[in-house]
Amino acid sequence: MKKKHFQISQVLIYAMLIVWAMTTIYPIIWVVQNSFKIRNEILSNSFAMPLGEMFTMANYRIAFDRVPIFNAYKNSLIISISVSLFVIIFAGMASYGLVRYSFRGRNFLNSLVIAGMMFPVFSTIIPVFRMELSWGLAGNDSLMLSLLAAILPQIAGNLSFAIVVLSGYIRGLPVELEEAAYMEGCKAYQIFVRVIVPITKPSFATVAIFSFLWSYNDLFTQSFFLRTKNKWTITMLLNQLTALEGTNYGLMASAVTLVVVPVIVVYIFLQRYIIKGMTAGAIKG
Amino acid sequence: MGANIYKNKKPLLLFLIPAFAFMVLYLYYPFLINVMNSFQKIAGMGEASKGFNDPWYSNYVEIFFDKNMHTALKNTLIMIVVTVIGQVGTALLLALMVDNIRCGAKFFRVVYFFPIVISATALGLLFNLIFLYDKGMINQVLEILGFETLTDWKDKSNALFTMMFPVMWQYVGFYFVIIITGLNNISEEYYEAAAIDGATRLQKIRYITMPLVYNVLCTCVVLAVTGALKVFDLPWTMFPKGMPLNSTWLIGTYMYYQTFEAANTDYSSAIAVIIAVLGVVTAGIVNGIFKERDY
Repeated sequence: MKKKHFQISQVLIYAMLIVWAMTTIYPIIWVVQNSFKIRNEILSNSFAMPLGEMFTMANYRIAFDRVPIFNAYKNSLIISISVSLFVIIFAGMASYGLVRYSFRGRNFLNSLVIAGMMFPVFSTIIPVFRMELSWGLAGNDSLMLSLLAAILPQIAGNLSFAIVVLSGYIRGLPVELEEAAYMEGCKAYQIFVRVIVPITKPSFATVAIFSFLWSYNDLFTQSFFLRTKNKWTITMLLNQLTALEGTNYGLMASAVTLVVVPVIVVYIFLQRYIIKGMTAGAIKG
Repeated sequence: MGANIYKNKKPLLLFLIPAFAFMVLYLYYPFLINVMNSFQKIAGMGEASKGFNDPWYSNYVEIFFDKNMHTALKNTLIMIVVTVIGQVGTALLLALMVDNIRCGAKFFRVVYFFPIVISATALGLLFNLIFLYDKGMINQVLEILGFETLTDWKDKSNALFTMMFPVMWQYVGFYFVIIITGLNNISEEYYEAAAIDGATRLQKIRYITMPLVYNVLCTCVVLAVTGALKVFDLPWTMFPKGMPLNSTWLIGTYMYYQTFEAANTDYSSAIAVIIAVLGVVTAGIVNGIFKERDY
């Protein structure tokens, strides 16, 4: 009797968990299958699989023809890769310095780092824009300068989180390895490059993935600096798409698919680092 | 031990300068300038300041009487409540359930996290299609279930729900992962001891699990509150410019609107100051209510 009761509760639990899982999986499947249908089929028959007559590639043809989607991918990748690269380099160096050296003002710098996580981007963006405008970075026609103008504030915005995660990891490393390297005659920067960086790799990976994702998914900062069509990133393009082609639902579905599916695939391969990093950062922060 | 390596402080500067130069130049300095800007006359984003406002605090007086700002504040407060109860609450329930199953925990962990890696802008478009009046996913389901009239999910009475549900839904997986990590850290011995004493499943949750994940829940609540103040992408994609009839403003979207559509730079700086103050105050309140405890 007891055993049976136990199993019923297990079934109930699984049922509820699966319901929530459906809410996170099914919308993605739904939008992918509708991206292969024409508008009328989406509106009347959105749950059917796009097989036989219903199947069409027209939405994708329009997406590639009418919307600069490859260009937007390129811009997004340039921004996100630069951001994550510079974040791990700068944050790695700073974390090493903050953890291993003891000096006056260290506590002050540590609290500066924590405070940096509290600044909402809303409260810094306008002065940043005006500052970069006066330097000639923002608001001009050059694509590369505009991308750089969006990259720099995003690097700054991700540094705090990165330093918190990385210094947590470096603090846990045994100092003996560094001593051995010192005996061999390594200078501090050589110890950093040859000892610290290789053993901190998993943590670097986490931070890099996160900075990448945040920057790739960011709309607010990018919308200040990348306002013309040739500078659009993926998020800007999606945001503008509603205004330009708001009722072309097939095109919307195909654009969403083109943006979401690569991210999901990459996520499934890297989920180990992503989930670990999320919790490490959150709990310590 | 080993102190000799780090006696020479010269390389230290090299390690620290790039990161802190960035943070000073792009976070601390602009933050202060932003406070200054909020007292000045600045029309367009690229225009120079035309001196101080008269009186210097006039933007804050304007905010106090701005109807849209009231809507934005009210909606943001609702958003905070919805995210705390909806996100952390749902996440806790899901985590407790996953903690009680034998297999598949990893699968749910991966799947629940899906919405967080997708950009909120893409999710906004996706939910636009789902909530479409004539006829998105929801209205098609309702039709199959036999409802005669279509529901306009974006009209004034439904707009807040339609805006907040996706935001809530997106981050449940985030708190779920944090809480489940906390649950996994609880030693199995406590449960065994309780089982010997004859505790039921619910008693175990009430007297062992909840106290031991309390601090993790506090972290989640603080993150949820500060996160709710930062929401921008999804609402702006689904309900740009406070549509319909200025009813869906959040402080983030309203600040953006004032910057770009109304070209009122000093006013949006003042709103940004309010956002920062609100962040510190709410985080303080939450920390006060949910004090971390030692067990």
